[in-house]
Amino acid sequence: MNIAIIKYNAGNVASVMYALDRIGAKYTWTDDEKVIQAADKVIFPGVGEASTAMAYLKEKKLDQFIPTLKQPVLATCIGMQLLCKHSEENNTDCMGVFDVNITRFQSNTLKIPHVGWNSIQARGTNDLMKGLNETEFVYFVHSFYAPVYQDTSATCNYVQPFSAMLQKDNFFAAQFHAEISGKVGQKIIQNFLDL
Amino acid sequence: MLTKRIIPCLDIKEGRTVKGTNFVDLRDAGDPVELGAFYAENGADELVFLDITATIDNRKTLVELVKQVARQVNIPFTVGGGIGSIEDVSALLNAGADKVSINSSAVRRPGLIDELALQFGSQCIIVAIDTLFVDGIDWVHTHGGRNITPLKTIEWAKEVEQRGAGEILLTSMDTDGTKAGFANQLTAEISSNASIPIIASGGAGTMEDFYDVFTLGKADAGLAASIFHFKEIEINALKNYLAKKGIPMRI
Repeated sequence: MNIAIIKYNAGNVASVMYALDRIGAKYTWTDDEKVIQAADKVIFPGVGEASTAMAYLKEKKLDQFIPTLKQPVLATCIGMQLLCKHSEENNTDCMGVFDVNITRFQSNTLKIPHVGWNSIQARGTNDLMKGLNETEFVYFVHSFYAPVYQDTSATCNYVQPFSAMLQKDNFFAAQFHAEISGKVGQKIIQNFLDL
Repeated sequence: MLTKRIIPCLDIKEGRTVKGTNFVDLRDAGDPVELGAFYAENGADELVFLDITATIDNRKTLVELVKQVARQVNIPFTVGGGIGSIEDVSALLNAGADKVSINSSAVRRPGLIDELALQFGSQCIIVAIDTLFVDGIDWVHTHGGRNITPLKTIEWAKEVEQRGAGEILLTSMDTDGTKAGFANQLTAEISSNASIPIIASGGAGTMEDFYDVFTLGKADAGLAASIFHFKEIEINALKNYLAKKGIPMRI
């Protein structure tokens, strides 16, 4: 199997690569459209800030290209947010694969960002949680979130229920860091590779 | 529900775990990779590796070690000790560390926190604060409590958050090594005034000490070293105990 990890200016992808190494999967880290197009699976990871990341993707024209991909795509953390319609983080228009807007957590009692292990609950069709329990713990670090809507495939509760995972056609997304979410995260990645 | 985190800390010297451990079931308890993987398999929510020698010669050893750990460990881990520049952080993150912890370099030049947060994001920048109570006030100390600084702990905690720290690792030199419980009052005061997570460290001796630091101390995570290394407390047993007492835990 041929996996492409999309190379852009967001984040620390070392953890994602090591997670794939642990599974024994081979991958290429690239921003070359031809290589990405030819891959069996595409991973769009990221840790970072929305407007800077989108500016880079636009410059490379990847913002037009990524939504046209037909093979399974897994986006995590900021990658997931960039596939949504708009982010409140520096008022950024995103790629719009998922028809939902990203907003910031607001709370007077809970700490923002949401950092640590929280439970997620499968909702509707969720191909990546196959073989897992309805409720599992995964590791989050984020201040912005997607509300629960029709393409939400797992929910989490912090301040209010939000989308922990999204699934629409060939696009799969997780707000949490599957690559460092223990055995649960490993299973989610394995399920994606097995699609 | 967001859970409280239990974090074992491994002290590293020249690429090896020091302070000793009591893991008869490990082939080599001095091997930080093996010990880290053992903890990850046995309930730890995160790991902290602290390079206590932190000389330039050891930097390469540390980067190699981080690569080995990242290959083996599937939970978040932090690396600290002697980190003083963007280049240091970049090397450790590229090697697979999820977060770095800075301490005396931030005291020497607070602007470093801003620079690192801007460059890498707050989520991977932990500021470690060592504190000691002197003449009625909690003061920031460096060099394991030997050197006092002109910074008041409570003020410094606010400042590091404003500068972009993603978490604070608060070690009380008053309680460290005593096994008489965490510094709950100070931890609570800092945690109540912070919007970033506080990892409490220093003084854990019993399971109840962890219960206290999560309730009285309002900590988001509890860190300890020797009680885990010597199996005085097993992490899974600790988490079951805390969960039964109503503390949210990842079991």
